[in-house]
Amino acid sequence: MTAIDPTAHLTAEQIEELGRELDAIRDEVIASRGEKDAAYIRKVISAQRKLELVSRGVLLFSFFPPAWLIGTAGLSVAKIMDNMEIGHNILHGQWDWMRDPKIHSTTWEWDHVSPSDQWRHSHNELHHTYTNVIGKDNDLGYGIMRVDEDQKWHPFHLGQPLWNFINACFFEYGIAAYDLELGKNLHKRRRKNPEFRARAKAVGRKIRKQVLKDYVIHPLLSGPSFLTTLAATFTANLVRNIWSHSVIMCGHFPEGVQVFERRSIKGETRGQWYLRQMMGSANISGSRAMHFMTGNLSHQIEHHLFPDLPSNRYAEVAVKVRALFEKYELEYVTGPLPKQVFSAWHKVFRLSLPNKKPKVKTPDREQELVAA
Amino acid sequence: MTSAALRSRAWKLLEMITTPLLPSDYLDLVSPLRAGADLRGRIEAVHPETGDAATLVIRPGRGWRGHTAGQYVRIGVDVDGRRLWRAYSLTSPTNRQDGRVTITVKAIPDGKVSNHLVRRVKPGTLVQLDQPTGDFVLPKAKPAKVLYLTAGSGITPVMGMLRDVEFDDVVMVHCAPRPQDVIFRDDLHDLVADKKLRLTEVHTDTDGVLDIARLGELVPDWAERETWACGPAGLLDAAEEFWSEHGVEERLHTERFRPGIVVAGDGGEVTFSATGKTVDADGATPLLDVGEEAGVLMPSGCRMGICFGCVTPLKAGAVRDLRTGEITEAEPGVLIQTCVSAAAGPCDIQR
Repeated sequence: MTAIDPTAHLTAEQIEELGRELDAIRDEVIASRGEKDAAYIRKVISAQRKLELVSRGVLLFSFFPPAWLIGTAGLSVAKIMDNMEIGHNILHGQWDWMRDPKIHSTTWEWDHVSPSDQWRHSHNELHHTYTNVIGKDNDLGYGIMRVDEDQKWHPFHLGQPLWNFINACFFEYGIAAYDLELGKNLHKRRRKNPEFRARAKAVGRKIRKQVLKDYVIHPLLSGPSFLTTLAATFTANLVRNIWSHSVIMCGHFPEGVQVFERRSIKGETRGQWYLRQMMGSANISGSRAMHFMTGNLSHQIEHHLFPDLPSNRYAEVAVKVRALFEKYELEYVTGPLPKQVFSAWHKVFRLSLPNKKPKVKTPDREQELVAA
Repeated sequence: MTSAALRSRAWKLLEMITTPLLPSDYLDLVSPLRAGADLRGRIEAVHPETGDAATLVIRPGRGWRGHTAGQYVRIGVDVDGRRLWRAYSLTSPTNRQDGRVTITVKAIPDGKVSNHLVRRVKPGTLVQLDQPTGDFVLPKAKPAKVLYLTAGSGITPVMGMLRDVEFDDVVMVHCAPRPQDVIFRDDLHDLVADKKLRLTEVHTDTDGVLDIARLGELVPDWAERETWACGPAGLLDAAEEFWSEHGVEERLHTERFRPGIVVAGDGGEVTFSATGKTVDADGATPLLDVGEEAGVLMPSGCRMGICFGCVTPLKAGAVRDLRTGEITEAEPGVLIQTCVSAAAGPCDIQR
């Protein structure tokens, strides 16, 4: 779909062979999943719970500024852990193989205003199946942004840097609205659809509980620290929202990531599906702490190839996947967080304006065409 | 306000504080065996009994309701990170003062759970428990004469009975390959020395398999005895036949371990038990398609095994993962992805 197809040099047989090699990587991890992996997720869950408890405890004394700072930082990290390494990954079924009903995609609930079952549908099913297919994968711009030259420009898009910033600050609400397909469902008669109303009600309930907890009950428990605890929780939610929005932007928006047309996925083979995931995702490079705080979505490419493998295994998988990228001469889009965030934002700004008129036969372009 | 109502209000308030988790999620971190928690137990010691059997001393959580001699308990143990459930007879007396219970496990060849429990599990490990159950128990009224007929690990529920209630006249016939394979051999011989038990050991490696028809040679008055028998299916089948031939079947009580062994095949009859439909399926068609074809309302999603939107309880039988070939057998709580699983023999899907 992008002017030059970066996979054009691959034959159909090569693509199927690539698929088989990826299947082999997956099988190897599945066969070696075991006690260590289970211990890992249990440890992370227990650490998150303890961190949240301690942070909330410290915030009871948040009228004292150092306590406010420590408590807010701790709560921000706890919320990020809950949403990223724990919630996102459990809801993908990455830990279902343990058969522990408490750590299972069908029972997990997270610290987020979108109820987990609604998020599972829009994320696991729609986004992961139709990754980067315009018109099918609404994660592309969340229905409010233009993220590819081939999408039609509309004056509404002039404001998209602002929409994106607001979305980042209140990301969990954006996701809840998005999971409800609010844009589509608020139209006329759809509002009355009983199925939509039931889902909207569930979101309302979840929002009420979350808001009550963060902005009423915990501040009240803090007594004299009421206002400072309120401010701390608001800050922690803001930090968590901006952080997860940034990480998620890095997954599919940076320059170099491909988007696809609806008709291109008709009759797609397993190899082609894998290839689309490879070309439609981008990674973040960095330390182990960085990978952990992104919920290993820094290994977005690996996650999109194998969304149900336990997150702690993506790092080792990434080495093998990257070797395949090299073997098949494909571009592995990755970079440090600031660079990828900048790249994604740059695209948001660039595409808020209509496309520049294509210049006729620039030397550059001609060369690329010859090369292709 | 009653104290129960007060407690429930306090609990509701706690739930508001911990949402979306529950207060118990936090309490489990510090006190997994407390009253009101999901029932668990902590393995406190592992004592070898024979080369391939061991007794596990378990301290059950506060919610444990106690057992009757002869009953079994289902335990859920994490083996290689995966929770597996098995049933084992309780071998401790019901009046044990320290509140612990014991189960005695014999490692069976290729048995994932039994080998783990006999050879690898460490004291301190938490296991999941169900309340004890089973009707292989002694009657309230003491029978005058008792016969215990056991083989192999079939001795375990009977050991629970022997330790619990004393009868005036007890005979035991126990079969095991060799003397050193007899679980609880020392305990049994202590009982014999105290004249509390008359014991006949049948060592099948040298004596051959016990011929039930010749039971009269070992226990002449067998037909007058209230009998509890536990062991392999062959022994129990023969016993049931023998007792009913002699018209005394009401004196025989049997316990069968491992009812219905799953044999993984290729395709089979699939029952959708909630809908009440049964159809034949081959070993290559995803159960999601099989169900939809049969008009069963099936949850579905990506249809390629990545979104986990189709997971459904497998109540009986076995299925094969079409991607890896892995076989999953039904156990309570086991969910399967119907879009990438096919029937591996007859199975029951809860839809």
